[in-house]
Amino acid sequence: MSADGHGRLVILISLCIAMLLTILPMPEWARPFRPQWVTLVLLYWAIALPHRIGVGSGFLVGIVLDVLTGTLLGQHALGLSVVAFIAIQLHQRIRVFPFWQQSLGILVLLVIERLLALWITGATRGETPGLVYWTVPLIGALLWPWIFVTLRSIRRQFEVS
Amino acid sequence: MVAVILSLGLLVLDHRYHHLQQLRNALAFLTYPLHYLADLPFTASRWLGETTSDRDVLLEQNRELRNQNLRLRGELQKYESLQAENLRLRDLVDSSFKVGDRVLVAELSSVDLDPYKQQVVINKGAASGAYEGQPVLDAHAVMGQVIGVTPFSSTVLLITDISHALPVQVLRSGLRTIAVGTGRIDALALPYLPTNSDIAEGDLLVTSGLGGKFPPGYPVATVTRVDRSPDAPFSSVVAEPRAHLDRSREVLLVWTVPNQLPMLPGAAGAETPDAGADAPTPAADESLGADRPEPAT
Repeated sequence: MSADGHGRLVILISLCIAMLLTILPMPEWARPFRPQWVTLVLLYWAIALPHRIGVGSGFLVGIVLDVLTGTLLGQHALGLSVVAFIAIQLHQRIRVFPFWQQSLGILVLLVIERLLALWITGATRGETPGLVYWTVPLIGALLWPWIFVTLRSIRRQFEVS
Repeated sequence: MVAVILSLGLLVLDHRYHHLQQLRNALAFLTYPLHYLADLPFTASRWLGETTSDRDVLLEQNRELRNQNLRLRGELQKYESLQAENLRLRDLVDSSFKVGDRVLVAELSSVDLDPYKQQVVINKGAASGAYEGQPVLDAHAVMGQVIGVTPFSSTVLLITDISHALPVQVLRSGLRTIAVGTGRIDALALPYLPTNSDIAEGDLLVTSGLGGKFPPGYPVATVTRVDRSPDAPFSSVVAEPRAHLDRSREVLLVWTVPNQLPMLPGAAGAETPDAGADAPTPAADESLGADRPEPAT
């Protein structure tokens, strides 16, 4: 029971750090390139512990992220729950891939989340961002191996299961 | 599946109606610690810089500010007499006018929100009396309005956001129109001007006060380009905001103080503008003539 609460704390803290990275100020030119930190961390937990982190967690985290970044309520929630769902369906396959193949899979998931967000902003605000918008999933996919290794060592260190 | 339907429902609700603002404000209270944490290193480094700065530099700064204060006071005297004269003249022609707004200085938090929306977080919230729809200025011009309030912080939508529109007036000709945000930090569009309207490059746009949210007479933007093509019904006019939207660190929250005007009957709490929660809108005051009879009940 205590180990359970302990694990939850570790997951929560990692998500909080991802959210901090999402709102940390960056120079103006770098702002459009900010990786989808929260999505990456959520994906790791969904793939590593699919019985604990699922669509519901994705939804809740998304709502908090919406409030945090001031987007339309439900925009991130939709993207994150869909991505979490796909990740849970595919977690056994993604786990055994080598790193570069994992990155490709993650790239697809990140693009899906980005695409859903684009549809929503396009439908409600009628603006289309430039090509820079699509470099973000690419950066996220390149970061994936490091995030995976870091979070895996954290998970083993704190024996979250 | 349930989550998808729930998200879509929330999206529609949030976009179409505004019932969710309370939920958002409640949740924003939970995310305030994250905003605070993200801002902390910057606040700390500034504090450190201030406490360890050189005595000579501080003295120099102090002297400069004193001089500036003296100069501004001198100008203010002139302004006060002009204001009194203006009020007297307006009394003569029997038109209502109000002057005197209460302001509060707030600081921007170093927090990045969605890069595709033009909004900022400031460090004053409901505890300081900020309210939704409150106008926000910087030292130069209008910046935007408050759209979300938590006890200790508020979110400000800038006038250049694509979803923001602001009623303005050309100072030179008195022409009224609406300035719409373009999504770029340095441009406002004026899409509703016919090709023969009296507007030129370099014209100053000020708030007209017609929307009821912004007090009239504050500078907004300078017209930078006027394109009149004969085959289009409207001219395309672009203006540059005078506020330093991407550079200001301090902003001013404004409460419009109703002055010598009767209150709207039934406007609860209108007598206490200091609470800021329910300040009567300027438009309501303007529609209410000084000699308008009380509605029979």
